[in-house]
Amino acid sequence: MLEIRNLYKNFGPLVAVDDVSFSVARGEVIGFLGPNGAGKSTTMKMITGFLAPTAGTAIVCGHDIQQHPLAAKRQFGYLPEGAPAYPDMTVADFLRFIARIRGYRSGEAAARIEHIVGLVHLGEVYEQRIETLSKGYRRRVGVAQALFHDPPVVLLDEPTDGLDPNQKYEMRGIIAAMQAEKAIVISTHLLEEVEAVCSRAIIIARGRILADDSPAALAARSRFHNAVRLETGAANEARIRADLAALSGIAAIDAAGGDERVTLTIVARDQRPIAAEIADLAAGRDWQIAGFTVERGRLDDVFRAITAPPNEASRA
Amino acid sequence: MICRREFAGYFATPLAYVFIVIFLVLSGVLTFFVGDFFERGQADLQSFFTFHPWLYLVLVPAVAMRLWAEERKSGTIELFLTLPIRLSEAVIGKFLAAWLFIGIALALTFPLWLTVLFLGHPDNGVIVASYLGSWLMAGAILAIGAAVSAATKNQVIAFVVTAALVFVLIAAGTQTVIGLFQGWAPEAVIHAVVGASLFGHFTAITRGVLDLRDIVYFVSIIVAFLGAGAVLVDLTKAA
Repeated sequence: MLEIRNLYKNFGPLVAVDDVSFSVARGEVIGFLGPNGAGKSTTMKMITGFLAPTAGTAIVCGHDIQQHPLAAKRQFGYLPEGAPAYPDMTVADFLRFIARIRGYRSGEAAARIEHIVGLVHLGEVYEQRIETLSKGYRRRVGVAQALFHDPPVVLLDEPTDGLDPNQKYEMRGIIAAMQAEKAIVISTHLLEEVEAVCSRAIIIARGRILADDSPAALAARSRFHNAVRLETGAANEARIRADLAALSGIAAIDAAGGDERVTLTIVARDQRPIAAEIADLAAGRDWQIAGFTVERGRLDDVFRAITAPPNEASRA
Repeated sequence: MICRREFAGYFATPLAYVFIVIFLVLSGVLTFFVGDFFERGQADLQSFFTFHPWLYLVLVPAVAMRLWAEERKSGTIELFLTLPIRLSEAVIGKFLAAWLFIGIALALTFPLWLTVLFLGHPDNGVIVASYLGSWLMAGAILAIGAAVSAATKNQVIAFVVTAALVFVLIAAGTQTVIGLFQGWAPEAVIHAVVGASLFGHFTAITRGVLDLRDIVYFVSIIVAFLGAGAVLVDLTKAA
């Protein structure tokens, strides 16, 4: 439903976006990930026709944003970064304005506004001016605006940035609820968000796409994939280390903890599964462990490895 | 739609009321105290309209400065321009709302007209023409201000630059400036200077001659600067 074709954007000598291409199908939630300044927002602005690309284009439901901007713009809802809205307007006036721009007649518009206000829970502040709203409510106004016309393509630029944990949870609920019938792109630098809501993650840094995979597959690239985490008393540490020395599949053992308890992270060589062997050993030698976890991998670890500037990456 | 939102926007804040009150007070003060409305002993609004270019020099850039600069500063421009509207609709809608708003302020000076009607027998044709001319001039200044506003994020800069440009355009038609040219410059140059000035065309209208050329002058300034504004919005929106 959304196809991005070879987007480039130069700001003078600076290449902000460098040959970005991907496509999004119905039912997919893409996490568009990258460090600050990686080109996420610039890409979003080009997809939505706000910025003209230096080269390339985006096709929204068959409409080229360059050639047929109006047709393309009807097909998506967009929450710009920071969720801007007119501070002097009340939520009610703002949504009525959006309804008119989106071409709803007064009867339909009222029904639509009622629906969207219920969806993102704006009822309490409906008659309030936007400038008096909290950050969470302002973000919801932005989302209400983006989802107003029930668009097939939804683009949200940092939808949960600055929200408290409850609000983040709620926002993710809204995204999950509409996932099935839409193509969604969320730009973010929060990894937890990608794990929580996205079916696919695209990692971008210095304007280039560096990875495009499911969050689980990305996490599997981590050195911690298949690592085993043990919690035990500090007194047992030396004994356990001695026993583990017999296993060949172990690359390293990281220890963290205090005087009483310690957490050992046993990193598997080449990320092969080692949990079964360790469990057998633990049972046989009576390690007295309080916790046993197999890691799927740490996304933040992968993220750092992928997005670090080239010289640092080679050192790591 | 855009015009409607923008127009309602003026009355959502104290801006509209402050503007209208100041406009009415200033125009009243200038008319009665500086313009010698009563002492002239004539039933016309000449002393009222004479000051309009100078009044607009200060007040219209104040309305125009926020048109685009504010949208850019607050980031709403990104929301606004990714809605399914044409850039031309956006530019014209904003302009029309502001122009209508100034039109309302201007229309609220009607008690002055009633006063003159009560005191004597004014030439109503001249008064209607003058009101129209005044509104056209406001539109021209507004279009210039909107274009300048599109070029900057900073409202103060937008105000000062617009006021300076408008000052040049007004001053070019005054006797002082014409005097500077007289005696050495060829007639054609003087004509050109006067012809380019807002002041010259406005005073021509207030004399009661609603010449097509004067109207064309104002309308073409409006059209040209709206066009320039659209280009500037497009060029600078993301910066």
